[in-house]
Amino acid sequence: MTKVSIHVTLKEGVLDPQGKAIENSLNTLGYEGVHDVRVGKLIEMFIDHGDVETQVKAMCDKLLANPVIENFTYEIEEGVAQ
Amino acid sequence: MKFAVIVFPGSNCDRDMYHAAKDALGAEAELVWYQDAKLEGYDAILIPGGFSYGDYLRCGAIASTSEIVTSLRREAEKGTPILGVCNGFQILVESGLLPGALIRNDQLKFICHFEDLIVKNNETLFTTDYDKDEVIKIPVAHGEGNYYCDDTTLSELKANNQIVFTYKNNPNGSVSDIAGIVNKKGNVLGMMPHPERAAEALLGSDDGLKMFTSMLKNWRDQYATNA
Repeated sequence: MTKVSIHVTLKEGVLDPQGKAIENSLNTLGYEGVHDVRVGKLIEMFIDHGDVETQVKAMCDKLLANPVIENFTYEIEEGVAQ
Repeated sequence: MKFAVIVFPGSNCDRDMYHAAKDALGAEAELVWYQDAKLEGYDAILIPGGFSYGDYLRCGAIASTSEIVTSLRREAEKGTPILGVCNGFQILVESGLLPGALIRNDQLKFICHFEDLIVKNNETLFTTDYDKDEVIKIPVAHGEGNYYCDDTTLSELKANNQIVFTYKNNPNGSVSDIAGIVNKKGNVLGMMPHPERAAEALLGSDDGLKMFTSMLKNWRDQYATNA
């Protein structure tokens, strides 16, 4: 089975208030060297048939990522047990 | 004049929108369930606020893939007036009917209070009853109302006079204090503040009613022209 992992991240320059809040908390916990925290999403799925890469790119363009604010990368693993 | 109010699973301002059009304005209005996907025969379409599909993935993203949005695109092309408020605005940007995106408020909080808006463009079919630069009191209620677009898009919005409302005191980090924008053609308007919640003095403000009266007046003018 083909497993796909899609990472959706905010584009550089887009404000990430969630990342900023996490950064502040980490600094408060004593991790003072931590900076530029960005929060993204990991979407995992299995695809049974068809051209997996073409489908994944189209899915990201149409729904999974918003091109105005987000970038995406993906990994495709063949022969993974579900 | 007949309004359609689209209802998605998770919409929660649909009744307010219906009430504003039907009772405050006195026009005809119908609630249209999103699966019915028929938007022909309405003079204007209202997309209400709420949390369609639980705001899963991104606010408005799932709703923007529904079949009714295909009909909405057709109506937008035809020139039918379309007003999206709050989640309705998010659905319009997610479906590409309006440029930009709405991201988390810069201070991370859900905000729910009255804001002063400035009417930057009173020449749209939604705003002719306002004066230019009139300050109006309209409530906001959102966690993801921080309008974002890149510099190129922002220059285009400015050049085409597409910025319709701005915040006097920006509550969420929106670029250029943007509270509401219109498409190039002028018939699709999206805004985070809720004019339907300010359509009667009893609600603390009736400054939002003029959006509905503007739409009615412009529909009548158009009707008279075409008759």
